[in-house]
Amino acid sequence: MTCDTSYDVIVIGGGPAGLAAALSARAEGNVRVLLIERNDSLGGILPQCIHNGFGAVIFGNDLPGPEYAYRYQEQVEAADIDVMLDTMVMDLTPERDLYAMNATHGYLHYRPRSIILAMGCRERTRAQIRLPGSRCSGVYTAGTVQRLVNIEGYMPGRRFLILGSGDIGMIMARRLTIEGAEVVGVLELLPFLTGLRRNFVQCLQDYNIPLHLSTTVSNIIGGQRLEAVETVKVDEELQPIPGSTERIECDSLLLSVGLIPENELSLKAGVHLDPRTGGPLVDSTMATDVPGIYAAGNVTSIYDLVDYVSKAGEVAGRHAARYALEHGTGNGNNATAGRDASKAGAMVAIRPGENVGTVIPQRVRIDTSGNEEVTLMLRPNALIERKVTVELWDGDRPIMSFRENYSRPAEMMVHTLRAKQMQALAEAHEHELTVVIQ
Amino acid sequence: MQSRDFDVVVMGAGIVGSMIARALSRYAIRVALVDRANDVGTGASCANSAILHSGHDPSPGSLKAEMNRRGNELWHDLVHELEVGHRWTGAMIIALGDEQLPGLKKLLARGTENQIPGLEIISRAEVLKREPLLTPDVSGALWTPTAGVIDPFGGTVAAAENAVTNGVSLFLNAEIHDALVSDGTLIAVQTTAGEFRARWFINALGVHADDFMHLAGDRPDFAITARRGEYFIFDPNRVQVQNVLFPMPTDKGKGILVSTTAHGNTFVGPNAEEVADKEDTTATRDGMAEILEGGRRLIPSLESRDIIAGFSGVRATGNANRDFVIEISATVGGLLNVAGIESPGYVSAPAIAERVEGLLRNAGLEMVAKNEWNPRRPARPAFKELNHEQRSDLIRRNPNYGRIVCRCENVTEGEIVDAIHSPVPARDYDAIKRRCWLGTGRCQGSFDYPRVMEILSRELDIPMTAVTKKGPGSEFLARTTKG
Repeated sequence: MTCDTSYDVIVIGGGPAGLAAALSARAEGNVRVLLIERNDSLGGILPQCIHNGFGAVIFGNDLPGPEYAYRYQEQVEAADIDVMLDTMVMDLTPERDLYAMNATHGYLHYRPRSIILAMGCRERTRAQIRLPGSRCSGVYTAGTVQRLVNIEGYMPGRRFLILGSGDIGMIMARRLTIEGAEVVGVLELLPFLTGLRRNFVQCLQDYNIPLHLSTTVSNIIGGQRLEAVETVKVDEELQPIPGSTERIECDSLLLSVGLIPENELSLKAGVHLDPRTGGPLVDSTMATDVPGIYAAGNVTSIYDLVDYVSKAGEVAGRHAARYALEHGTGNGNNATAGRDASKAGAMVAIRPGENVGTVIPQRVRIDTSGNEEVTLMLRPNALIERKVTVELWDGDRPIMSFRENYSRPAEMMVHTLRAKQMQALAEAHEHELTVVIQ
Repeated sequence: MQSRDFDVVVMGAGIVGSMIARALSRYAIRVALVDRANDVGTGASCANSAILHSGHDPSPGSLKAEMNRRGNELWHDLVHELEVGHRWTGAMIIALGDEQLPGLKKLLARGTENQIPGLEIISRAEVLKREPLLTPDVSGALWTPTAGVIDPFGGTVAAAENAVTNGVSLFLNAEIHDALVSDGTLIAVQTTAGEFRARWFINALGVHADDFMHLAGDRPDFAITARRGEYFIFDPNRVQVQNVLFPMPTDKGKGILVSTTAHGNTFVGPNAEEVADKEDTTATRDGMAEILEGGRRLIPSLESRDIIAGFSGVRATGNANRDFVIEISATVGGLLNVAGIESPGYVSAPAIAERVEGLLRNAGLEMVAKNEWNPRRPARPAFKELNHEQRSDLIRRNPNYGRIVCRCENVTEGEIVDAIHSPVPARDYDAIKRRCWLGTGRCQGSFDYPRVMEILSRELDIPMTAVTKKGPGSEFLARTTKG
């Protein structure tokens, strides 16, 4: 097996993050880019998201998922970017040795000058939330059902119950209803909705599908196929309330109980993960802590809107290409041992404080040139239905703040740092600042 | 109703039935292996601790003790003949606190009486060196070097495949509903797949062995209690123990253990709960809490968020001094019962088969060895286990191996197609899962379901709506969409 060192940048994953990353990498100059996708088509999860709600930020248009993907796909096809579909990356080393395979070319070995991780995420499963009961047929994750219905053209059941008020679950409630199935309700363990409010209105209310908050599944009943689900109310500590169980007849249970960044390859490459996000620690150039390896999109943290995934992809692509260009051409055997010295040191970490679940990026590279736009993506972990203030604290003093209309865990707060704010970061005393929502 | 004639009908294709069928396939007799499920090994054989116990634990002099010791010995060769995934890890029985230390000496004495080789009491320091994740409360352990762990699905499938390759006829989806006894002799059983007539019927029906005895008019006093055990499997990236770790045994059994598997995962379980319904393999909230708590007594760092799968199985506990029953029926002719095969049943299976073979021979069944009998069952390639060069070669020979279907466990289309067309064909999702470990990783099949359905539909030439999770009644899809 020979090692192909001809690529400057290899992007792993052809979803929205990977597509945007490949394009922006290619746009940096004379850069050879390879995009590797494990499915037989580009777009990641978008082709099965046939509802609208995509593109307002990037295209100024409310587009369905396949259209959003297609617009990027067209550009990738027009650009001089190599694409390999149906190809799985099997292994990745800190030295950027990448092993991939497909049925046509067999087993392949590459060593590009930089790599962009854009593997996306996967759904939390029944086992991870430890649902008790029978292991019968008829229990699916919502995304699997979305694929079966929208891509394969099959209905996996007739009478559905949905656990989890995440966006995919609510969107599938509507989709299954339109397809003629009965959706008997959506259960949510927490006392509040976890998906976007607009989806609650458009997918549940408009179709008279009841939402039951503080309720979960206590038993799954069925031999070969699901026959019924037992539900139970939970108290403030999320513990079952005795005597509140109810039996709901249904032949299918859909789980929409969260997404997890997919980072098996990142770990193989020695990339360190943030336990809060479950994804790589990244700086504002989307660089991970392994030189030459960048990451973007749901692989770093679960985003609420695809537009911001694409934007993160653009940042990663640009900087991965620059890294490749700065770190030589030729045989590709020039993996640098340390971090690029010219950029070392000028970094401020941002730690989630009160009411903040996660922050992307976790570190900001100080660049006061005005050429780099840095956007902070905050995921609140508290529901506050009033105007809130987001503050960045340097030790015991706040150095900047901005206002938001509310704090909802379902929605990220997006804040692009202005030149003045970047200057404030550059002048911070501490290496680690804390961001809070009040 | 179609009727078929055999010399021996083995009822129940779990590890015990499959090993018996394989043992009998050596001879020039007509043997049928019959099971009600859509695959072999779907009962207790696929939901247990998967440990090849050394044999230190059963009461000296019992059939359990004899079968366990001999079974362990036989498996040392069988894992190679049948190419089953395994690791000879040895096992440690962990004493906690000074008060449990004297118990180790008793266990050592019992194991020595059972003639188990290599037993040794090891110090606290040595135990912690071998398993650093253990609780600091550990005070010592009994080391049993001959124990190991096995792929429990692979073992049953391999035995059944080897039996089929050597001429045994396998009948699945054959649920027994009647037994024909004439002049005190069992002459036929009627099943949903037709009638089977034979000179000998081997009852290896697991938790239902007593039901069949009673159906045939044998041993009304004998009863099996189903004892359910629940298990959790942990993400190997998050937690990995290196050993098989038992707590000190109690009257109830060997207790909740924490163990590595042949596959390199870590599991915790089982508890032991009597269930009225012998099919009741549901997982319960209480049971799940119980095993996690039990596991933490040995490995305090076990976290519920690192669990990637849970399952439960029922063990067949007989009421004949809680020992195995392996005997020709005293009242019904032509019936040989293998009943009450609870733990250590899996490891004992080859020894049980050997004993059944002897009983039949002594009872006058003519058993002439076949020249063409082949004890070897070659394993199919497991892509994940191969190195880069081997993978490259395999894809060159068969491009189907270049297509990954299960992302977490790196299972390829080639392996799935192989399993579907193997001697004991995998005809549903779970059957493929048991052979290839597909869908057993972190995503638990979310990504691969649609692909596997397509492959099953294509290879079996059945509509997508006829593809099942585990046989008729468990179809995945109800209908096509409106469009």
